[in-house]
Amino acid sequence: MKLELREITKRFGALVANDHINLVVQPGEIHALLGENGAGKSTLMNVLYGLYQADEGQILLDDVAQKFSGPGDAMASGIGMVHQHFMLIPVFTVAENVMLGHEETSFGGRLDLAAARAMVREISARFGFDVDPDALVEDLPVGVQQRVEIIKALSRDAKVLVFDEPTAVLTPQETDELIVIMRQLKEAGTSIVFITHKLREVREVADRITVIRLGKVVGEAEPTATNAELASLMVGRAVELTVDKAPAAPGPAALTVDGLSVVDPRGQIVVNNVSFEVRAGEILAIAGVQGNGQTELTEALLGLQERVTGRIELDGKPLTGLSVRRVLDAGVGFVPEDRTEDGLVATFTISENLMLDRSIGEPFVKAGTLQLATLAEFAEQKVTEFDVRAQGITTPVGRLSGGNQQKVVLARELSRDLRLFVAAQPTRGLDVGSIEFVHTRIVQTRDAGTPVIVVSTELDEVVALADRIAVMYRGEIVGIVPGNTPRDILGLMMAGEHHPEAQVSA
Amino acid sequence: MSDQLPVRGQAADEALLATKERPPADEPRSSAFLRDLIGGSAAISVFAVLLALVVGGVLIAITNEDVQEAAGYFFSRPADTFRAIWDAVSGAYVALFQGSVYNFRRPGFADGIRPLTETLNFATPLIAAGLGVALAFRVGLFNIGGRGQMLIAAACAGWVGFSLELPYGIHLIVAVIAGILGGAIWGGVVGVLKARTGAHEVIVTIMLNFVALYLVSYFLRTPVLQNPSSNNPQSPPISDTAVFPDLLGAGYNLHAGFIFVIAATIFVWYLLERSSTGFQFRAVGANPNAARVAGINVKRVYVYAMLFSGGLVGLAGTAQVLGTITTGFGSGIDAGIGFDAITVALLGRSRPWGVFFAGILFGAFKAGGFSMQAAEGIPIDIVLVVQSLIVLFIAAPPLVRSIFRLPTPGATRTPRASKKAATS
Amino acid sequence: MSTVTQHNHPDTPENAAGTADVIALERAEIRSWKAPVAFAIFTVIGILLFIVIGRDGISTFRLSTGSDVIQLPTIPFPARATGVVIVILLAAITAWSFTLSRAAKATPLWAIAVFGFLFVVGFLVWASAGSTLPVAGLLIGTLGISVPLIFGALGGVISERVGVVNVAIEGQLLAGAFVSAVVASITQMPLLGLLAAMVAGMLVSFVLAAFSIRYLVDQVIVGVVLNVLVTGLTGFLFSQVLSANPTLLNSPPRLERINIPVLSEIPVLGPVLFRQTIIVYVMYFTIAAVYIGLFHTRWGLRLRSVGEHPQAADTVGINVTGTRFWNVSLAGAIAGFGGAYLTLGAVGAFNKEMTAGAGFIALAAVIFGRWDPIRATLAALLFGFATNLQNVLSIIGSPVPSEFMLMLPYIVTIVAVAGLVGRVRGPAAAGKPYIKS
Repeated sequence: MKLELREITKRFGALVANDHINLVVQPGEIHALLGENGAGKSTLMNVLYGLYQADEGQILLDDVAQKFSGPGDAMASGIGMVHQHFMLIPVFTVAENVMLGHEETSFGGRLDLAAARAMVREISARFGFDVDPDALVEDLPVGVQQRVEIIKALSRDAKVLVFDEPTAVLTPQETDELIVIMRQLKEAGTSIVFITHKLREVREVADRITVIRLGKVVGEAEPTATNAELASLMVGRAVELTVDKAPAAPGPAALTVDGLSVVDPRGQIVVNNVSFEVRAGEILAIAGVQGNGQTELTEALLGLQERVTGRIELDGKPLTGLSVRRVLDAGVGFVPEDRTEDGLVATFTISENLMLDRSIGEPFVKAGTLQLATLAEFAEQKVTEFDVRAQGITTPVGRLSGGNQQKVVLARELSRDLRLFVAAQPTRGLDVGSIEFVHTRIVQTRDAGTPVIVVSTELDEVVALADRIAVMYRGEIVGIVPGNTPRDILGLMMAGEHHPEAQVSA
Repeated sequence: MSDQLPVRGQAADEALLATKERPPADEPRSSAFLRDLIGGSAAISVFAVLLALVVGGVLIAITNEDVQEAAGYFFSRPADTFRAIWDAVSGAYVALFQGSVYNFRRPGFADGIRPLTETLNFATPLIAAGLGVALAFRVGLFNIGGRGQMLIAAACAGWVGFSLELPYGIHLIVAVIAGILGGAIWGGVVGVLKARTGAHEVIVTIMLNFVALYLVSYFLRTPVLQNPSSNNPQSPPISDTAVFPDLLGAGYNLHAGFIFVIAATIFVWYLLERSSTGFQFRAVGANPNAARVAGINVKRVYVYAMLFSGGLVGLAGTAQVLGTITTGFGSGIDAGIGFDAITVALLGRSRPWGVFFAGILFGAFKAGGFSMQAAEGIPIDIVLVVQSLIVLFIAAPPLVRSIFRLPTPGATRTPRASKKAATS
Repeated sequence: MSTVTQHNHPDTPENAAGTADVIALERAEIRSWKAPVAFAIFTVIGILLFIVIGRDGISTFRLSTGSDVIQLPTIPFPARATGVVIVILLAAITAWSFTLSRAAKATPLWAIAVFGFLFVVGFLVWASAGSTLPVAGLLIGTLGISVPLIFGALGGVISERVGVVNVAIEGQLLAGAFVSAVVASITQMPLLGLLAAMVAGMLVSFVLAAFSIRYLVDQVIVGVVLNVLVTGLTGFLFSQVLSANPTLLNSPPRLERINIPVLSEIPVLGPVLFRQTIIVYVMYFTIAAVYIGLFHTRWGLRLRSVGEHPQAADTVGINVTGTRFWNVSLAGAIAGFGGAYLTLGAVGAFNKEMTAGAGFIALAAVIFGRWDPIRATLAALLFGFATNLQNVLSIIGSPVPSEFMLMLPYIVTIVAVAGLVGRVRGPAAAGKPYIKS
């Protein structure tokens, strides 16, 4: 099926998210839509899928104009979508998820689960998936959940399949497998729109590439284009892909983690007997695919996990079993991976958020009373220092962009006397400018002699920042390698393979 | 040369959504101010009260017998119907006003103003309990347990009030403290259960209401609380030494409990807006996850918040037994105030002074409602209807705006598109 | 609470090609001591009650009612001896539960049920020592008290499963009771009253749905305020209108009891279950219909998907707002129907605030029953049983002050919510408005 988007425009108030976008996807073609975070890719696809209504423009399928008032219409016309955040009901089985919305019923209106199971098995067999129709989705690993999404779309006879950032949650190996699947689908005649910001994948799989920036199509490219060409097209200027940093001058070991294990509330051992140390003045990056225990590891360091065994020592003093308050007081700075959920109070002002983890005692509290003048002065200074773009220090942080929100978190954490700095996914969802800022501040913190842990699922970030890299897989550290370890070795380690070099340098 | 760019897809459009929420900077200030004034929360509150009174008037009119009679021959003499409606509704609301603010039929200011003092008298427990509920709201807790906390507080304060013999002043203070402690403990239990076991506070408070009711009823049948010279489940009268003194002399019912309530309002304002504890309360209420990561002991905050909340509601129960009904109390001493307090807190938008004035408004409805019932025979239940409608209307500003065709404040702004709400 | 029942990702074997990279983590053993500790506490209570302050005499259980065709003999229990036997059994279950916990195994549900049953029997024997306990009467009364609770709970289950927290059950019951009384009284047709009750409950739901879905007002707040509104409205109309002319407006004909042939003659259960009004028979049907509907039909699948993950439902073309609106309305109709039982089935006339908190108990039953229609029904029956037990014991002369018996269901709920149920997982999106961007 041929898909054509003609002059699509979508506005949110004053902001134009999509500005007269044109896009043609030929039948049986893999068409990559490349763009930075916030460029308007997802908005465009939500328009295509009927979740948003375009203010102007047309959607044509096989040259016939379509009118989608909801996802139901789009699906009926043969458009399927594999969402970035999976649109699956965690407590339903695979079969229930697949049948939802177009259920077959048998006698008396009862759900025909047998038919749904058969459909799951049939599509699985066609593409070599191994998906149990009766498994609960919440029990499945993300890679399998993604396949359920694909089955869901195919079960509705999708002729055009949209993949929205499908590789964000996958290991490099899983990504390769997905690419194989996409090629299979293409062979079967499905048109594919592949939304991504990762150049390597685009060049590997795409037949054609459309680049959008700030809501506009800024160019088309062939897969033969170089990375640099694509990157500058995407960002609008030549991109500095590395962080300017001097070689580390590591001091003595400051943080020692020995035999650390974490058990989650469901009884799973999510961090399994992990040992490492971080020296003053070095950045240890913890790499790995999302969900391999990194989150729980950082939370355990901060005292947020309840079932922790093993030893954590900072400057010779034990941190294990201390409350979060005590850990913070011991000089640990923490940037949580989900800043809106764990890092900030959206309805609080910038200044209130800047004192969030110093709500007891000096300098902001005296005799149980808030020192608002001190706080205002401090906030003004930090807003300037960290270049937080806001109307004022009384603006609620919920009104700020992601980049500015992260700067507020950094300003708060870096303005304390730190003995250890832990940053989890510090640049997730940020634009290039903010990423550069955050990376610079992290390196500065290292250069000031603070031990730094950066947790990241992005290999680029890991490679750019790390002095040493610890790779986590299924709750264990597969190995600790030097910062200049080649990417393909890191990729293998992220899939769980022990690398001989790892033991040497650990 | 890197293969990928250091950007990623998760929360891709977050920055975009956030920018969307920013108000346009180039808007003329004066018009924005006017629009906020007309369409803003103060105006919404006024219009909500008006709207509720109109609905109340409609109810009064259609249930009025004269109106029904006149409506029987509406087409021959429609004016009669309208006159009857006017008589019924205006009579009711004049009675309401005269019962709650100023009675022009009485000679002299001293008598005329008496209804206002009645209003403040009714407002006293409403404000105290409303503050308690509002405080819990700000911590993200829903305290429906006002009834139980009031009953326990009343029993504690009452017991101290009639069984101990202490000098003037000290006796009152001890009784008040006992009442506040009783309420605080009954509320604190909820906080402890929530913190320790994760039990939902709505369920626990509802259940504790009944437990308190039966507990107090039981003690009212036993010598602990029962008046020995009576067979009714009622307590003995409170000793004079423990009764709140009258503020305006014996001619008026207004008692010193009102002073305590003003003090409580100031205290809650300081606690929430200016203290370290209150900062932690608000942080937990707005985002418990972030509060926990920032080293705030969320569980302890729940316990303290419910202690404070229960204590404030306890003050309401205390004011009931030591101020309003000092001749001995039964198990109905809470008089539904525990539930009214929820509407008071909502109307006051959980702000201390908002609660204070909301309490006075609802106190006026109560005082006026009784005189309306006496003068016009209109059941006091109409007050409940009006109160609940006010809260409903205030909770839904767009509804009020569309009824009165008010401008939307910041209308050029797109509606807040919360990514969180959409994905949850 | 049980922590070892989780198993590794079920039935997803890694295939030969290794495409599915299943993250199978090791499991730690976590022991939960909640069940044995609770058992131990109740065993100690049993020892104190049944043995230490045990009562002598014979407790007689009368199983049949006077009008039964098959008359069962009465069963005599020597109070103290029965108490000793039961305490021994309780202690045995407790000990077994401790050994299970030590081996990091969960105490099975049936053991909790058996324990509870034994304790209740022990308590009944102890309380009725020296007199006769009408078991059938106790159960009949239990069902009667439970009817509005069950309808309310079913309404609550549907509403919360679709993602709208329904605190307004009380208001829906009360509205149903009021309107059914007035309509049945004017028309003298009780069935019309039942229909009107459903409409009334639905109207309350419309307001709940409109404010929470359209205006995004906090659902709990709307619910609480609606209860006040309905209380005020019915109270006002009762005093102003109904009291003026009670014969015309507030004398609804009572519904007749219908004896189901044969079934109603089953010993014990027959009189309890099958000599009831049409409302109760509708209730049996509703319980089954809600259960099958929720878990085995398209309607239920869509309803639950909207309550769990509205955006996912939206992306497969389900109208989230409409689904929520109509199912909340349906929930209101069911609760309103239950309210009619108070006037048409039980009391025979409307009274101010006659629900007396039944809606809140129904809400507790919803949560106690973990949003499952069958379990919620059982929870509602438990409340009904405890309340009626107090009634019966006060007639035969109870050794326990009636207030403490009345308190019991509420304390049991607190213990259950805090201890045994713990952090239950309700519908994920309940209480959250769905905002389409």
